[in-house]
Amino acid sequence: MADDDLQKKRKSRNLVLGAVLIGLAVLFYAITIARMG
Amino acid sequence: MASVPAVSVTPVSDFADWRDYFALLKPRVMTLVVFTGLCGLLAAPGHIHPVIGFTAVLCIAVAAGASGALNMWYEADLDARMKRTANRPIPAGRIDPASAFGFAVSLAIGAVAVMALAVNFASALLLTVSILFYVFVYTVWLKRRTPQNIVIGGAAGAFPPVIGWAAVTGDVTALPILLFALVFLWTPPHFWSLALFVRGDYANAGVPMLPVTHGERATRIHILAYTPLLVAVSLLPWAMRLTGVIYGVTAAVLGAVFMTLAVAVFRNDATDPAAMRPERRLFAFSVLYLFVMFGALVADRWLLA
Repeated sequence: MADDDLQKKRKSRNLVLGAVLIGLAVLFYAITIARMG
Repeated sequence: MASVPAVSVTPVSDFADWRDYFALLKPRVMTLVVFTGLCGLLAAPGHIHPVIGFTAVLCIAVAAGASGALNMWYEADLDARMKRTANRPIPAGRIDPASAFGFAVSLAIGAVAVMALAVNFASALLLTVSILFYVFVYTVWLKRRTPQNIVIGGAAGAFPPVIGWAAVTGDVTALPILLFALVFLWTPPHFWSLALFVRGDYANAGVPMLPVTHGERATRIHILAYTPLLVAVSLLPWAMRLTGVIYGVTAAVLGAVFMTLAVAVFRNDATDPAAMRPERRLFAFSVLYLFVMFGALVADRWLLA
């Protein structure tokens, strides 16, 4: 497998992981607000 | 001392795309699980904050995905032998088994923990039972040992509407138990109709599905035997006045169609998958059946409440 391809896969994996972590942060914030209400 | 040349070893999982990890979650199975879980939640009496409701459905989806990933991890050897599954991430060598296992276990623990902390303990407990049931009872114990694997294993897929219900009410009453029974009895005719026309795949992999161990005729008889039970149970919520006329009429009409298609399967003698149109029709309809039944349940609750 070419290095370029590997780099591309790593980058897309990291981007998705970042998006998931941001999503979880937003979700936990929303849960906290909802539970306080 | 001679120097050892540096060798760069790329871990197998570095070749995995994020789509491979997503594929581990069996997204197609997850669709049905999410839908029935959401319907259980929407059909339950009481109020749930939309964010908490969303969280509950997300936890059900993630737990189902984790169970699917654990199933793929355990069955990688079987998957490699079946045409339908040979290109899955583990048998295809795009994800190494240890990474898949760690990924699945983390998701399962995360889903249960969030369910317990954000929703309630009853739904978290049911979620835990459903994961353990799918992994240990179905995947590890039954699937490779008995042709009745999917009958008892079907219980794992029957949990989501009960979990959705428990997320709102914190308990389990007669209607969610009947919904559990509905999915439980729906599973055998659904899977056996599929198993009939992919029999060769299961036989090659050595999975003791009913058509492999007892032949096509016995499988068709079993489908015909389970269908009236399914139809009867589907009508019980209406008969017990737990639902209204929308659900009742839908259950009666779809039940009649299901029965007609099951009779067509029973009357078919084909052993060649190419001549198994009734089986393909029943399989396709069974998916639609579950979606429409649960849709009717929710429509009933929201329109007639």
